[in-house]
Amino acid sequence: MSAERVVVAMSGGVDSAVAAARCVQAGYDVIGISLRLTRDGSGTCCSLDDFHDARAVADRLAFPHYVFDFTDAFEATVVRPFVAEYLAGRTPNPCARCNQHVKFDLLWRRARELGASRLATGHYARIGRDPASGAPVLRAAADASKDQSYFLFGLDTTALARTLFPIGDLTKTEVRAEARALGLPVADKPESMEVCFVPRGDAAGFVARHAPPSALRPGPIVDEDGRTLGRHAGVHGFTVGQRRGLGLGGGAPRYVRRIDAGTGTVTVAAGDRLSAKGLVARDVSWSGGRAPALGTDVGVRIRHRHAVLAARVVDSADGTVAVAFADDGPAVTPGQAAVFYRGDVVLGGGWIAGELA
Amino acid sequence: MRLYLDHNAGAPLRPEARDAMLPWLGPAANPSSAHREGARARAALEEARAAVAALIGAVPAEVVFTSGATEANNLALRGAAAGGRIVSTAIEHASVLEAARAAGMALVTVGVDGEGRVAADDVVAACAGRPALVSVGLANGEVGVVAPVGAIAAALAGSGAVVHTDAAQAAGRLPLDVRALGVDLLSLSSHKLGGPAGAGALWVRSGTALEAQLRGGPQERGRRAGTENVAALVGFGAAARVAGAELAPTAARLDALSERLWQGLVAHIPDVVRNGPASGARLPNTLNLTVPGCAGESLLVLLDLAGVAASLGSACAAGAPEPSHVLTAMGRDADAARSGLRLSLGPRTTAADVERVVELLPRLVAQVRGVHAA
Repeated sequence: MSAERVVVAMSGGVDSAVAAARCVQAGYDVIGISLRLTRDGSGTCCSLDDFHDARAVADRLAFPHYVFDFTDAFEATVVRPFVAEYLAGRTPNPCARCNQHVKFDLLWRRARELGASRLATGHYARIGRDPASGAPVLRAAADASKDQSYFLFGLDTTALARTLFPIGDLTKTEVRAEARALGLPVADKPESMEVCFVPRGDAAGFVARHAPPSALRPGPIVDEDGRTLGRHAGVHGFTVGQRRGLGLGGGAPRYVRRIDAGTGTVTVAAGDRLSAKGLVARDVSWSGGRAPALGTDVGVRIRHRHAVLAARVVDSADGTVAVAFADDGPAVTPGQAAVFYRGDVVLGGGWIAGELA
Repeated sequence: MRLYLDHNAGAPLRPEARDAMLPWLGPAANPSSAHREGARARAALEEARAAVAALIGAVPAEVVFTSGATEANNLALRGAAAGGRIVSTAIEHASVLEAARAAGMALVTVGVDGEGRVAADDVVAACAGRPALVSVGLANGEVGVVAPVGAIAAALAGSGAVVHTDAAQAAGRLPLDVRALGVDLLSLSSHKLGGPAGAGALWVRSGTALEAQLRGGPQERGRRAGTENVAALVGFGAAARVAGAELAPTAARLDALSERLWQGLVAHIPDVVRNGPASGARLPNTLNLTVPGCAGESLLVLLDLAGVAASLGSACAAGAPEPSHVLTAMGRDADAARSGLRLSLGPRTTAADVERVVELLPRLVAQVRGVHAA
């Protein structure tokens, strides 16, 4: 009887290296796969060096490693929507999309072709069991400061049942220590925090290079009374809640309050006008398959590394959900994910359409 | 038991080459030195040069040793200027196409048909009656198609064109005679024919103007500076000698084996497509195929896990795959261009090896297709 085969998605970094090592230790038949996601290699991910690093880890741990070229799929399911979202005045979350469409779908399909029954990644998240149904549920990582469950809300019960997050119960420090103890050459490799395909974190520049020129239209920056305060080169340069780089000169700090891509108008306001009462999310999926009843108290995270906010479900229909914050919250940024929690369990998530009126 | 079917990426070192190299891995061996050690190294180097020249019907003094076919191609395309233009084809090796782009001259790229064939007339027409540096690979390493280089050279004779051919994949597999071929420059690789990697040569017809790209000492008659790697080049020479001696029977045997491989696979893999010429001039050892509905990457991994080393088109660094520019030029769509599975046989490949693949690959295809049918 041969061991169960698991494909480990390997970025070349320390997290996925230790995830792979833990799969080896658990007795799985491990195959490491790195994904080539971009062609020009100008971002911070999937450079040849990263592939070599992943391969060195695989060599050290004596399992096979391969590189799959997913550039076309990544372009179609992540990069193009990323550009389109910015042009529509929203601030996209490409990592969540990549997990949902590339890693846990396309790569999983390839993993099955290779005879694998499981897919493992180096994400900081955990998989638990619903005490009532016994179904797998997504849980936040043990290390709250590294938790990546926000990016993984798109995994449904079926996906979770075949997924392994081998480092979800470790802190980053523990991961590095384990890598060092195993002699993995990536133990002290610095981590990348930026969107992997956007060079130097310059999203606006990336969008400008990848959008049709006609889509980049200048427009006015106005205050809430409609007074024009300045001009901008295109709405793709702005994020709701943004303060820096508005080019409005001195005075009291102002923040982006609204972006209207249709008219090309960016509306700014003073910081105390920014707080939202709640949010409306669309395309929401629930891990249990059913939305919580109206009036249910939930936690909601509105961006990565942001604290979970106390909220209450006030409306829910056809995948659109409205929640009211218990206290006035910060600005909500359309295009980001809204992920709902009960304790450390992810209940579901969707995409922020706007703030609750 | 591992089965190696990736000879077009690099052949295992022939025992004769290894034996010839071993004595040169220890002693100081600068062929330009005045002492006896230097003289011995010089003699060994020139013996290797004669062996390489003999493989292609050349005079030894016309053979410039390099670090490989990539360097030879760069030397040819950047060192030989003719008419300020380069005419090449869409299916050349990256070391030709990239060197051509870097040469600072106008570049005309001639297309190929669905089987990878370039028409001699198209190349001649692209020269438009004016002098040009023409570079057409003799045999394509991905799909095995052989180009009508002799016809191209003959048609361009007297036009002022300088004709280069990359013969890295052809040498040792097809009979080669530079005089009969009529070209001016010809690139060779050591490790494709069973010598060590890191050695190669550019054959330069006497009288062909060529500017050195590596500047320094007067080695290689001033056309390639740098102390020669005697051990590697001695291995190259020994491999060339053996490859030449066994060429005819080996080519016939590999032709039969690759045909049996194709027949065995086409009988058991529904809808499998052969990439490259269905018949006619082609490498005897190369089979490139696409299995519709099967990612080539998956088949490659499954073959590797089952002990068979193959490849998807040309090998790239760390195995990072690209859609094949050769299959793209042959009109394949992006998915197919990513999925050309190449099996390239070598002198040690046996009938039993071929039967192993005939038995294995259809099972793997069924496994991959079964996942999505379920």
